[in-house]
Amino acid sequence: MQLHTTTIEPPRGRFDIDLAEIWSYRELLYFLTLRDIKVRYKQTAIGVFWVILQPLLTAAIFSLIFSTFVRFESIGVAYPVFALSGILLWLFVFTSVTMASNSLVGNTNLVTKIYFPRLIVPISSTLACVFDLLVSLPLLIAIMLFYRVGFSASILAAPLFLILAIIQAAAIGMLFSALNVRFRDIKFALPFVLQIWMIASPVFYPASSIPEKFRLIFAINPLAGTIEGWRAALFGTPFDWPFIAIACISTLTILILAVLTFRQMEDSFADVI
Amino acid sequence: MIAIKAKNLSKRYVLGAARADSVRDALSGILRSPRRSKRDELWALNDVDFEVKAGETIGIIGRNGAGKSTLLKILSRITRPTSGRAEIRGRVGSLLEVGTGFHNELTGRENIYMNGAILGMKRTEIASKFDEIIAFSEVERFLDTPVKHYSSGMYMRLAFSVAAHLEPEILIVDEVLSVGDAAFQRKCLGKMRESGETGRTVLFVSHDMSSISRLCRRAIWISDGRIAADGQATEVIGRYVQQLAGSGAEKTWEVASVAPGDDVVRLRSVRVCSESGETLNSPDITKPVVVEVTYNVLREGAVLSPNIQLYDERGTCVFVSIDQEERWHRQPRRPAAYVSRSTIPGNLLAEGSLTVTVVIATLEPMTVHIQERDAVIFTVTDPNTGGSARANYAGQLPGVVRPRLKWETIELEGRDK
Repeated sequence: MQLHTTTIEPPRGRFDIDLAEIWSYRELLYFLTLRDIKVRYKQTAIGVFWVILQPLLTAAIFSLIFSTFVRFESIGVAYPVFALSGILLWLFVFTSVTMASNSLVGNTNLVTKIYFPRLIVPISSTLACVFDLLVSLPLLIAIMLFYRVGFSASILAAPLFLILAIIQAAAIGMLFSALNVRFRDIKFALPFVLQIWMIASPVFYPASSIPEKFRLIFAINPLAGTIEGWRAALFGTPFDWPFIAIACISTLTILILAVLTFRQMEDSFADVI
Repeated sequence: MIAIKAKNLSKRYVLGAARADSVRDALSGILRSPRRSKRDELWALNDVDFEVKAGETIGIIGRNGAGKSTLLKILSRITRPTSGRAEIRGRVGSLLEVGTGFHNELTGRENIYMNGAILGMKRTEIASKFDEIIAFSEVERFLDTPVKHYSSGMYMRLAFSVAAHLEPEILIVDEVLSVGDAAFQRKCLGKMRESGETGRTVLFVSHDMSSISRLCRRAIWISDGRIAADGQATEVIGRYVQQLAGSGAEKTWEVASVAPGDDVVRLRSVRVCSESGETLNSPDITKPVVVEVTYNVLREGAVLSPNIQLYDERGTCVFVSIDQEERWHRQPRRPAAYVSRSTIPGNLLAEGSLTVTVVIATLEPMTVHIQERDAVIFTVTDPNTGGSARANYAGQLPGVVRPRLKWETIELEGRDK
């Protein structure tokens, strides 16, 4: 019988990720995700309906403010639909980054008692939020039908932008989860960071309302191009390709940065947490 | 075939800095001391070398904080060594805590799958053993109840049951059996023993010396991050227990003037040995043990009766035995050196450590000349090779003594007659 040999050595600061190993732990990933989903709405009266209620209420408040007091030009669709489409993505990013950053610290007993690729923990938090995102999508479709938004073939591209948002949420989530093990400052800094991120993203306003000279800085935020592309796909408006390309590049950069940081800190998790 | 090979394994913890919980601490740490003082370091493991053959069951013993858990954590890949390396052949299952990943809000059924996955079992593997696991746990009725409504006993049983069905090539177990009720502990020990017999390699940390001596042929004693002894379990345990007690199976007083005693009689030495005179730290439960007391009688015509008293780990007096040899009864002695040997038969004492108190007295009128408390210590072990009262039963057996009784069972007339 051929047995697998494992070598245990001091950390050497390597920057490889063993994807095969993470794959071999996919069942743990599955169960951790399932646990997160099952546990989240336990002992709540309306349970998973919160997934629909949260974006709906937020969209209602935004609509009240931005279609009554302040008005945006050229958004192409009714403002509530416009707002809801952005809010769905933003709430997903917000909850999954919040959940993921606390995931390692919240699972201290797993980290100090069992070996597994640590990346699984923040990723499972993100995946549990993906489930919420998918559950809330029918709401968006219903609201779109209600406001008689025409569907075009470009809607087929919409999932690509969801995936882009998921990668961003996962990357930022794993970055903060690792930093949080070492620096509990993250707990205090995170709400602030997320607030700024939301304001810097075209959640409740269109990117077109950003003055031309700030557009490039604005585009560095990967979520900006993602939300814009997502809306273009949903509403059949033209894609702003340079904008989307910048979003892809910065997503990739953040992902690489996050994975490297995570790998670098991973070896000391059990000692420091 | 070698299952585990550890070479110069060391693990250093930097005290203080490792606990820096904020950015400010980390920054001030960098600014203050480019080179850390030696005092802030702790070598939890220092140059540890050993090999484990596939199929061996090894007990790891040592005081709290000696480095046992650090070693297990390194071998289970939870933390990395500071230097050195280890090679492990085969799938490792580590059980450093019972019920890791259990979630209060989930039901027993859900937790079985969750915990199984955390311990490294495949979903199909858990499914195929599911019935066995719930039968073992004895909580069938509450399978679909969230575990937060379980009693602590039920919770433990369920958690143990999942762990007990883990089947890796190498099993690493920390002291997890110290919790849970006695009956269930026994069941788990039995299951572990079974797994040892099926050729699995087991590393087992425990403070319970009798379960180590029962389950393991070999033991490693870790002290201050180093291996203090590595060898046959009964022997290593014997040495460890003696070090804890601060004495051994033999004690000699070289200087007569400070030896226990008075102007009538003085003690020279006390020793625990085999019938053939070989000093024994950890006698086999089935073999007789001789307690040998050597003393000098100083006064002409002294009438003396030596006696020995055995105490177990809880301080219970197991027995007192007075020299009743006819020859010296009420018999005045000449000044000389004497040796009194008492033989404790095999299959009388229970497993565990025993201290021997030696008393030499004159009975009429009652005068105690020597009373040396806890003069020597020895550890009775049962390697479970047959011939003892446990009849190959691997679990814990209570009782101050463990005589092997004569048993007889005969079949009476059949019921139908």
